[in-house]
Amino acid sequence: MTTAHDLRTTGLTLGYDDRTVIDDLSLELPTGRITAIVGANACGKSTLLRSMSRLLRPAGGQVLLDGRAVHETPARELARTLGLLPQSPIVPEGISVADLVGRGRHPHQRAFQRWSRADDDAVGTALDVTGTAELADRNVDELSGGQRQRVWIAMALAQETDVLLLDEPTTFLDVAHQVEVLDLLRDLNLRNGTTIVMVLHDLNLAARYADHLVALADGTVCAAGTPAAVLTEETVRRVFGLESVITTDPVSGSPLMVPIGRHHAGGAGGRSASE
Amino acid sequence: MSTQQPLPHLEAVRQDVPGTPTPGSTAATVRRIRRRRAVRAGVVVGVLAAVVLVAFTATLVVGERWYSIPDVVAVVTGHEVPGASFTVGRLRLPRAVLGAVTGFCFGLAGVAIQTMLRNPLASPDVIGISSGASAAAAFAIITLGLGGAAVSAFAIVAALGVALVVYLLAYRDGVAGTRLILIGIGVAAMLESVTAYVLSRAAQWDLQEATRWLTGSLNGADWEAVLPTVVALAVLGPVLLGQGRALAGLRLGDDAASAQGIRVERTRVLVIVAAVGLVAFATAASGPIAFVAFLSGPIAARLVGAGTSPLVPAGFIGAALVLLADLVGQNALGVRYPVGVVTGVLGSPYLVWLIIRTNRRGTSL
Repeated sequence: MTTAHDLRTTGLTLGYDDRTVIDDLSLELPTGRITAIVGANACGKSTLLRSMSRLLRPAGGQVLLDGRAVHETPARELARTLGLLPQSPIVPEGISVADLVGRGRHPHQRAFQRWSRADDDAVGTALDVTGTAELADRNVDELSGGQRQRVWIAMALAQETDVLLLDEPTTFLDVAHQVEVLDLLRDLNLRNGTTIVMVLHDLNLAARYADHLVALADGTVCAAGTPAAVLTEETVRRVFGLESVITTDPVSGSPLMVPIGRHHAGGAGGRSASE
Repeated sequence: MSTQQPLPHLEAVRQDVPGTPTPGSTAATVRRIRRRRAVRAGVVVGVLAAVVLVAFTATLVVGERWYSIPDVVAVVTGHEVPGASFTVGRLRLPRAVLGAVTGFCFGLAGVAIQTMLRNPLASPDVIGISSGASAAAAFAIITLGLGGAAVSAFAIVAALGVALVVYLLAYRDGVAGTRLILIGIGVAAMLESVTAYVLSRAAQWDLQEATRWLTGSLNGADWEAVLPTVVALAVLGPVLLGQGRALAGLRLGDDAASAQGIRVERTRVLVIVAAVGLVAFATAASGPIAFVAFLSGPIAARLVGAGTSPLVPAGFIGAALVLLADLVGQNALGVRYPVGVVTGVLGSPYLVWLIIRTNRRGTSL
């Protein structure tokens, strides 16, 4: 069971060299919930996530975790509360699943310190909950994309953080594996109360799995709130410049976005009218 | 600070969530895998240390005249043995110590930089760092007539300078490994021509000096040359070993490493300074013994496997390579060759093979 943490950004401005990507962004990430950040390509979603985990120093404003600026928190201390799974980590050739997941224990170990029983337990639990226990002895190189992504998540879990940030955890996965990974994240959130913040590409999966949806456009928050409040035709138009119809997901009851596109501009009724 | 309360919507622990772990059995598997890996690492290091010890002893025993092991032991422990005291004590012992220590320095520094840059081609002897140290040491000794600590100082400043220049030339929105390696190879070629120029302009020079600065040699080893290298290894070696876990983390990429609380930039600076320092001290004493830094890391990684730090094994492999290559060069070929010629013959086919292979797939460092 985790403790509650207060994660927020205040007047956050981020950029690379002269280019501002995120401008004066203030955002609260609800504790113990799943937040999905959505937005168009290159709108600064990943940049925001990197900054929240101390990878990118803000040009202005702050990221605050429990009232303390993450960029002033010692790296190792922060890494015991807040974990990040980046978009494309590198697999060292020939490493076994157990060893890779064990890397997540780094913030809990000192240089030259021996591996402890607590480390083994954390790695074992991470393998169990991600369903990768039977892969423990396999080489990561040999795994399928879906298995590999579960192993990376296991590594982030072995870090035992109360807050977990994930940058597009479902990229490169087919739809079945996307659902599998998101189900797994929901399990974690329900079981441990882990606060999850993830960047997602797929609006409908985001609306289905997130408690809290943040839509970014032009470097700032376009809409934030429950999926039902955020995922509207107006938001989709402003964020993606796309006309759409919002209906209800017949399975989950969450909002479901159906794009219109040029070839179906009048919808089914429009086509019959033109005949 | 965190409010020490459970989350309101999680007052009861959810036991109905799929995948809720049954603690113990997987942790036992993890422990078994880790122990097996630790045993393998221990065996590898033990065997390598034994190989170094045998090669070290052979360097003292074997030569134009062979001395018995009891004689050698007597000399090493400080007793006077007619004949042996000079040949073994003054000639062979400094040579063996220098070979073991510079080999260890090259192996350790090489694997650290290869790991940091995630590329086995990025070893200090391929990307110009050894060439820089060598050119500076040759210049200091042959042109300026310096010796001892001054030579080491020249080598270190030059090696750090070369590392900085290669890094800056390769910098464009971050440093890409391939660009750095190609620039390093170019810089190395330039610096080797500087060494050749220094040698050709010298008023007096002999073949010994030339081979030492061009390919590396243990000829003329004396305690004055050995001492700074031993001190450098004693000081900088632990700095590198202390970065072992951080280096392992860097292999996952900078973002993943940072997310685990590794201070990426600090690790880089420490590794570069310590590794370049080791290379510079070793080069100032023995010349840039060809390909030892380049070969040791990949051999070590193959022996211990990807989950174990290759730093210490690579050091032992470096020491064993130099001692064994020197034994071969001195005794087995009819003509006496400097150690760098032998390691060069071993290393160059591997370099070609690695370049071919790297174009096809990723690599183990």
